[in-house]
Amino acid sequence: MDDAARLPRLPDAFERWFAARGWAPRAHQLEMLDAAEKGEDALLIAPTGGGKTLGGFLPSLVELHARVQQEGKDRPHRLHTLYLSPLKALSVDVARNLMTPVEEMGLGLRIETRTGDTPVSKRQRQREKPPDILLTTPEQLALFTASPNAEAFFADMRRIVVDEVHALAPQKRGDLLSLGLSTLAAWAPQARRAGLSATIADEGGLARWITPQSGGAARFARIVRGGPGPAPEVEILETEDRIPWAGHYGRHIIAKIYERIQDARMALIFVNTRAQAEATFQELWRINEDGLAIALHHGSLAAEQRRKVEAAMAAGKLKAVVCTSTLDLGIDWGDVDLVLQLGAPKGSSRLIQRLGRSNHRLDLPSRAVLAPTNRFEYLECTAARDAVTEGVLDGDRLTAGKLDVLAQHIMSRACGEAVDADRLYAEIRSAAPYADLDRATFDRVFEFDATGGYALKTYDRFRKLIHGKDGLWRVRDPRTAQRHRMNIGTIIESEMLNVRLSSGGRGGRVLGQIEEWFIEQLAPGDSFVFGGEILAFVGLNETDALVRKSSDDAPRVPTYNGGKFPLSTYLAARVRALTHDRSQWAGLPEQVREWLELQAFRSRLPGPDELLVESFPRHGRFYLVCYPFEGRLAHQTLGMLLTRRLERLRKRPLGFVANEYALTVWGLSDMADLDLDDLFAEDMLGDDLDAWLAESPLMKRTFGRCAVIAGLIQRKMPGHEKTSRQVSFSADLIYDVLRQHEPDHILLQAAWEDAGTGLLDIRRLGDALRRVQGRIVHEALGRVSPLAVPVMLEIGKEPVFGEAHDSILSSISEEDLIAEAMGRDQGWASPG
Amino acid sequence: MPSAAEMWRGCAPRVDGAGRSGEFRTRNKSERTGWPVAEAMAFEDRSAWSLSGVEAIADRSGALYLPGERVLAVADLHFEKGSAFAAKGIFLPPYDTRATLTRLAEVIARLKPRTLIALGDSFHDLGADGRMDEADADTLAALVRSVADWVWIEGNHDPVPPPRFGGSIAGELSLGPLTFRHEPAGGVGEVAGHLHPCAKVSGNGRTLRARCFASDGNRAVLPSFGAFTGGLNVRDAAFAKVFGCCPDAWVIGRRTVYPIAARRLLPDRR
Repeated sequence: MDDAARLPRLPDAFERWFAARGWAPRAHQLEMLDAAEKGEDALLIAPTGGGKTLGGFLPSLVELHARVQQEGKDRPHRLHTLYLSPLKALSVDVARNLMTPVEEMGLGLRIETRTGDTPVSKRQRQREKPPDILLTTPEQLALFTASPNAEAFFADMRRIVVDEVHALAPQKRGDLLSLGLSTLAAWAPQARRAGLSATIADEGGLARWITPQSGGAARFARIVRGGPGPAPEVEILETEDRIPWAGHYGRHIIAKIYERIQDARMALIFVNTRAQAEATFQELWRINEDGLAIALHHGSLAAEQRRKVEAAMAAGKLKAVVCTSTLDLGIDWGDVDLVLQLGAPKGSSRLIQRLGRSNHRLDLPSRAVLAPTNRFEYLECTAARDAVTEGVLDGDRLTAGKLDVLAQHIMSRACGEAVDADRLYAEIRSAAPYADLDRATFDRVFEFDATGGYALKTYDRFRKLIHGKDGLWRVRDPRTAQRHRMNIGTIIESEMLNVRLSSGGRGGRVLGQIEEWFIEQLAPGDSFVFGGEILAFVGLNETDALVRKSSDDAPRVPTYNGGKFPLSTYLAARVRALTHDRSQWAGLPEQVREWLELQAFRSRLPGPDELLVESFPRHGRFYLVCYPFEGRLAHQTLGMLLTRRLERLRKRPLGFVANEYALTVWGLSDMADLDLDDLFAEDMLGDDLDAWLAESPLMKRTFGRCAVIAGLIQRKMPGHEKTSRQVSFSADLIYDVLRQHEPDHILLQAAWEDAGTGLLDIRRLGDALRRVQGRIVHEALGRVSPLAVPVMLEIGKEPVFGEAHDSILSSISEEDLIAEAMGRDQGWASPG
Repeated sequence: MPSAAEMWRGCAPRVDGAGRSGEFRTRNKSERTGWPVAEAMAFEDRSAWSLSGVEAIADRSGALYLPGERVLAVADLHFEKGSAFAAKGIFLPPYDTRATLTRLAEVIARLKPRTLIALGDSFHDLGADGRMDEADADTLAALVRSVADWVWIEGNHDPVPPPRFGGSIAGELSLGPLTFRHEPAGGVGEVAGHLHPCAKVSGNGRTLRARCFASDGNRAVLPSFGAFTGGLNVRDAAFAKVFGCCPDAWVIGRRTVYPIAARRLLPDRR
């Protein structure tokens, strides 16, 4: 970093403001100012609470201060700075926090937010009279690019601040934002960018992401680092109770967690899934004898209820909040002094970001307490703690931009104004994720927007993009543009139903939203936990799941797995190393050590670079258990592929289940004599994978999401805002027909690319199979091994993907057949 | 603190195999042979029952076959539904007609019917004929020629089926005790389409929804045959109107057709 002396000086108003509070501007804040003065883009990497937001805005405030001094209070309305963040709430929060110094310094700036909640009248006013600083979200920017006359709005813009870049860039939302920024670069080439990021592994990747690319060598923003801050402190919660072998609800440790909450000023209890959040909240209240103010916050709760919890937190009225990743990002919640992670954190970067939620303002070490819910999680938590202590970050490298998002953006651009295809191609390649996009692919995506992009050219006369005599492309009609704008964005929620209290058969208050598939599993009268209350399902009414309050003690807890991040590759390697290396076991609880010792005695401990495979008979079945430690998604894919191979080898496999660490397959034939090198050969990712994907419901779901983002399936239609299913066309039907008749269609290509990292995690599985080649160790056992117990316990709890389709039908059909043969009356069609 | 051994004994894994784990159930007959039922049944690709005294076979393709008279009936082909959406700016793959024709040709080749009855809504709309790709139109005409007697029943989507593909056109058709028409009215011996029946069942902890034949032994509603056709749950009131109650379902699986009694069928949300 430059010497402090060479850093720019702040205007007097700013100096006075810092001095009045006994503060001094931090070096990284001044360096951001320096980058701005030199016309450079910058990426500020600092831990939470390092004055990042002010660092991002300082150049804007200084420039605007000068502008106000020159032009006075009645200066013309021109947008100076656009701030983009992943969360609506964050925009609102930053606006509030920014107003404090702005008002105290008497800068007299116009700062406004624009989100999905902003009323139409205010939006229109903003278009006519832009504020100095506008705080908004990637989706709102995408809407601008799809609206007529947006160029003028941004023409005079000077700065763009992107918050939480580390969270946005790896997602499709990041692709969308990056494309939006490429449009802004065309409209306002003078605008400089600042990215704000938590500490991350791939700094270079983000520094490239935030700055426009030129088609030649990669360009990088200047990296500005905040001070590292004191080393965080991570503790693993101890318990004398028996540690469960499997499960994720941590009931054995809930009393200890409650004790910690009692001692804290305010605690954030992070969990990995909504189901865990509900269960934990429920358990805490069961033992909440002091009546502590413990709240719940997750993505399915009604927005209004979440707002209420957030406000209560900010006001210091709460003692603890049980939350999912909805509170991961940078909102300043004030006085949190305890971050507790229930369940394994899944990655060291994630843990570091979460523990940064405590002691937000102080230069004290962040503290976190980890509460593992089962034995394997003790290993994972130990590995995560050690990684954090050593300051090692993990996380995947950024990948190329997705084609479905590109299709949406191209359509947006054509909806906003007449576009020239060559210029649009160049503009898009300035977005880092699309810097390597070849022209042929661009043309195919463009054609997809225009006519569907099919080899069979029958839709030409219905084309949505029209090539004008002036050589420019325009959207067919305003109605098409309007429909496109209604469907902008990349966040695809599951089909959701409102959870509505029913009173006398009529609808009452909405408690929140819940996945449709979950409700479909319920029969009227079944109870489940939602929003911390036990509810009984009454029935369905259009998009409402009607419920009443239940007095049931034993609810059916939602088994929703969504939001469960897979174990990071880095942490997985550490867990493997820890499991194998006794010298690292000192910190583990005695029960966990004994478990591992017993495993070493009965079978063996999997080595860091090998794949342990165990086989054993049990109750007339033969089991194969392996321990890749690659996360549930990759294991499920592996399980599917192994099952196919075992079928061919006549091992008569019956099913499989996976957890984060292991996979078990079982069947009717002994599998001890298999050639395992052959069985686990990497070539299973070829034909077997293809054949399976053709039928896989996960692949269909992946395709469906791409189809929605790319605009082939539109979930919202004018006048049909109510439910997506009523208007949407079944993605499964499209998938089947397309795969059969045009397997290399651009949208199938997009879905295939997603499958590599998404629900199927194929890329990771491929890496793992390569890693263990020639290092597969087989233990033929007489009975189940200690390490196998957790995954064996999942049998019967975890649904298995794959071949269930006909087995469900045949088992039901068969039951009836038998009953019929036994002469029981079925109400069955009379046999003639 | 219990010893490791005690701990171990106390925690023997509970593996209740035939539970919700998605395992193929293997009981009774198939338990002895060791083969999952689904496999055992896969040798048959259809399911037969008696329809008003006539032997009826629910074919896996979604067609109804009457072996006595060698009659094959298909409902709701909805040719050119994809291009109808395309006209509205939704570019569904333009291969639905082709996909439907391929499946139709397959079942005709396999069962070699003397009579084919298309139970109406064969064409998605009045413009379907004009939008159909020439290659597809030729395939269809050849297919019609390959069957001795091809009857287009009029449907609400295609009140006037296009004549250029050949075959005869009828409002409805009677064959012995059976009457073939598009919209079911509930009469005894009626074979109809129009409703696109689907069944939802749940087992092994999973739920699935699939196209099905609906029948109570006296009348039948056929599944939609077209590639881009969704379905209406047989528990819907529309079926009660026709059958007086929820009919039994012959559910189309990947390998064959599975008869499932009305009481096992689940409703959708509506």
